[in-house]
Amino acid sequence: MVETREESAERKWVGKSIQRIEDPRLLLGRGGYIDDMRLPGMLHAALVRSPHAHARIKSVNVEAARRLPGVTAVVTGEEAAELCNPMPDFGPDPTRHEWRCLAKDKVRYVGEGVAAVVAESRAVAEDACDLVEVEYEPLPPVVDPEAAMEPDSPLVHDALGSNIAYEKTMVFGEVDRDFEGADVVVSDHLRWHRSSGQPLETVGAIGNFDPGSGMMTIHVNSLTFTSYLFMVANTLKVPSNRLDIHPHPAGGSFGSKFWAVKVAIIAGMLAKHTGRPVKFIEDRVDNISNSDHHGSDRTYQVELAATRGGILKSLRVKVVDDYGAYIQFGVGHHGNALAQAVGPYRIGSLQYELHAVLTNKCQQGAYRGFGSEVQNWVLERMVDLMARELEMDPVELRRKNFIQPDQFPYFIPNGNLYDSGNYEGVLDKALELSDYESWREEQRRLREEEGRYVGIGICTAQERSVFSATEFWFWFDEPAAPVTSMPESVTLDVDAMGNITATLYSCAFWGNSPETMVAQLVAEEFDVEPSQVNVVYSGTNQGLPATGPGGSRFTVMIAGAVQGASKKIKDKAFKIAEHLLEAAPGDLEWSEGGVAVKGSPDRRKELSEIAMAAHLFKHSLPDEIESGLEADQVYDHPYTTMPSEDRKNLGVFYPFVGHACHIPVVEVDIETGKVSFLRYTAVHDAGTVVNPRSLNGHIIGGIAQGLGTALLEEFVYDESGQLLTSSYQDYLIPSALDVPEVVVGHHETPSPYTVHGIKGAGEGGRMMAPAAISSAIDDALRPLGVRVRELPATPERILGWIEAAQAQSSS
Amino acid sequence: MSEHRRIAVVVNGTPYEAEVETRKYLAEFLREDLSLVGTHIGCEHGVCGTCTVLMNGVSVRSCLVLAVQANGAEVMTVEGLATDGQMHPLQEAFREKQGLQCGYCTPGMLVRAYELLEENPEPTAEWVREGLANNLCRCTGYQYIVEAVLAAAERLRGSSVAEGQPFEPATSSRTNQEA
Ligand code: FES
Ligand code: FES
Repeated sequence: MVETREESAERKWVGKSIQRIEDPRLLLGRGGYIDDMRLPGMLHAALVRSPHAHARIKSVNVEAARRLPGVTAVVTGEEAAELCNPMPDFGPDPTRHEWRCLAKDKVRYVGEGVAAVVAESRAVAEDACDLVEVEYEPLPPVVDPEAAMEPDSPLVHDALGSNIAYEKTMVFGEVDRDFEGADVVVSDHLRWHRSSGQPLETVGAIGNFDPGSGMMTIHVNSLTFTSYLFMVANTLKVPSNRLDIHPHPAGGSFGSKFWAVKVAIIAGMLAKHTGRPVKFIEDRVDNISNSDHHGSDRTYQVELAATRGGILKSLRVKVVDDYGAYIQFGVGHHGNALAQAVGPYRIGSLQYELHAVLTNKCQQGAYRGFGSEVQNWVLERMVDLMARELEMDPVELRRKNFIQPDQFPYFIPNGNLYDSGNYEGVLDKALELSDYESWREEQRRLREEEGRYVGIGICTAQERSVFSATEFWFWFDEPAAPVTSMPESVTLDVDAMGNITATLYSCAFWGNSPETMVAQLVAEEFDVEPSQVNVVYSGTNQGLPATGPGGSRFTVMIAGAVQGASKKIKDKAFKIAEHLLEAAPGDLEWSEGGVAVKGSPDRRKELSEIAMAAHLFKHSLPDEIESGLEADQVYDHPYTTMPSEDRKNLGVFYPFVGHACHIPVVEVDIETGKVSFLRYTAVHDAGTVVNPRSLNGHIIGGIAQGLGTALLEEFVYDESGQLLTSSYQDYLIPSALDVPEVVVGHHETPSPYTVHGIKGAGEGGRMMAPAAISSAIDDALRPLGVRVRELPATPERILGWIEAAQAQSSS
Repeated sequence: MSEHRRIAVVVNGTPYEAEVETRKYLAEFLREDLSLVGTHIGCEHGVCGTCTVLMNGVSVRSCLVLAVQANGAEVMTVEGLATDGQMHPLQEAFREKQGLQCGYCTPGMLVRAYELLEENPEPTAEWVREGLANNLCRCTGYQYIVEAVLAAAERLRGSSVAEGQPFEPATSSRTNQEA
């Protein structure tokens, strides 16, 4: 592995909090979101959704709906199965697990689409939905994942013959020996309930099919994994080179627009069917009940082994994950968990037992952390429990077990690599910024003098970034497609005036700052102002391979692409300058946005002069120089190694590993169960930071989401599989009064393997906050003997735990 | 089922007359009939505040107000904030403080913040938080929004005439660096 660190790199733009390039248009109300776009002759679609968790579709009568004035078409699930092939998925054997854009034969969760209506307006389409008569034969719902695993359980997918989509136990290192040799073993049962990204903008698409050329154009607010779009073309029954997907800025994603192709496929299918452009924008109920992306829903049995002196030895995890009705990404969520399964600690061995179960609920997809945030919570819960068992200070127990700065690069037991880090540095900074010691004093005082339940929490955990493709298939002994590419690309084009356009190839904007980042990165390479760089997004038909944001990969990957493309352009610029300045190749250097003769800075050519020559004066230049000054760069994952055959070693698959320490101070009102914040400190190490203000915004926003996960947000399904939280009246998103002021700090340990030493950081806030807040609640309620073992810790749950603890202590 | 009525409204100072379906919401009327797509729709249930506009100077959820209810009213949307190519101080402050990420809640936030500052030109951070508590933002965690509103308040107090700077498509001016 080549180390790329430039030790004392002086950077002009990387590391500066420049104002975001994206913002003026957003502030003016000209964001260009998908629902803002209208095409001539465009129709609107709405879905008829299932009211049943599990039912056979006996008949669908669309006559009345079709007769409604303004209705152009009604497509049932059965018709959709004629118009489209099944949805692409990376789950179990496609012959035994079929996912369709509209349900055919049977519905598998409340909210699943059974028919689509296309009409002159959304309102008419919705009216017509009410006129569609569906006759259902209810089937026994599969709701509890543990019961779903029983052999006599009703089946979500009959062809699969079981509700267990996948199960495997992986053992890394000498787990049994380490447990036998341990002085202390703590074990616990932990429960993480289902929530999701819930951006304020839902998923939407406009399909537009040209029967003359056979070209299918789809405008979307979700575009990732362009190398896999041939699968979408296959679903839509169009040739892969006749599918062109155009990205629009997205009003937030947090995972929910990461490969969200169902909406695009429905819009494309309806456009092809009607011969008119069709817009389909989910409403909020669609987005909650029928989204592609509910978050993790897991039940854990965990054991952690240590010596009496507090050295952590081994971790055993058994997890049952309720995937809902379909399993589109296989069990990649657990690959994410494995990437940092032992956290920042020198835990020598690991056992991971996974049961991925199908039930009659909306399917899982991605939510900020992609399942690794749950592992952080679980591990930190266990470390806190161990501290309690050993009667050790939780800070000291952590400190004692940290991987040390001189141990990097560090391979964890399953083979993944942590590139770099300084965990004590982060911890010390967090303790200092949070006034930890004086808060401990204050806590004592408030408890003794005022009887208040104040707690100080701590979480020291990892943020893996930049996945490689192996994590999608290393679970399988005989993977169907052991793919290895996960690229990102850019085109840089210097026009005749010397202005630079950067073209991106995925739906890179969903609230992150790709244009700002790319402008800063390009400005850094060429030593120009970021304002000289214009950033645009390409459709896929003439596009280069791209994967898009997700798994905190975008900034790292695009920095690699930008550096590569810049080098190609600068190489050519040097050749032209040699000619223009009549200088020898070695005599030139890049300086202040142009090329100068070393030692005589006045003999120079500006980038604009070189560009003008490149574009307009080809025949004045040496023969081998072609017109123009542009370059593509496809940047592949910089550090991937293959898993071993026996999967005792999973290879390097998620290697740029950031770290953070969060220290919240909370107060719990034991009468109402309400948790309020007195202070919140977060210190992150994301390697070299490109734009500190933007990163801080993401950290704080991620903390707000993690707070939602910890205290408020849950999709509740009752025993019959009814979704009880299908609007924002019941699904509670943190408001300005729920989220505390956060003090953010950084400790930068540059990655030795990435351009500028950047590590991904977009998910970190949410990956830490649930663990940190749980720890703080524990600490506050310690006198009452309460521990958080289930999230969200809603007021009702907290009161229940207090009651149970009191009942136990008085019995 | 679709009944129509004629309405007259003034939006951002421009008078409009239109024939609208009686069941059409103000948000849809603004977006579809007037092409003022800056007003966004988040939940259509009156919870998220994304669709906030001012009607006769008071904030309303345009996903709950019927267009016919706006008959005779003056409506202000995000498009009414900037004047003569100059951003409103609130917009400038949101930009400087990065009080937005995806920008989807931003028009509603700006309009609500505008109303708050009309009501109280010298707000505290707590007061602003409380005032914004009915407008959800899923991206920012609110902190930089609160900072932006306070910064705008200060700027507005400094000049009785709201003075904006011309907005440029892209600028490289730097905000305070925090690290
Ligand atoms: S869209 Fe109107 S309040 Fe949410
Ligand atoms: S900036 Fe995205 S919702 Fe507020």
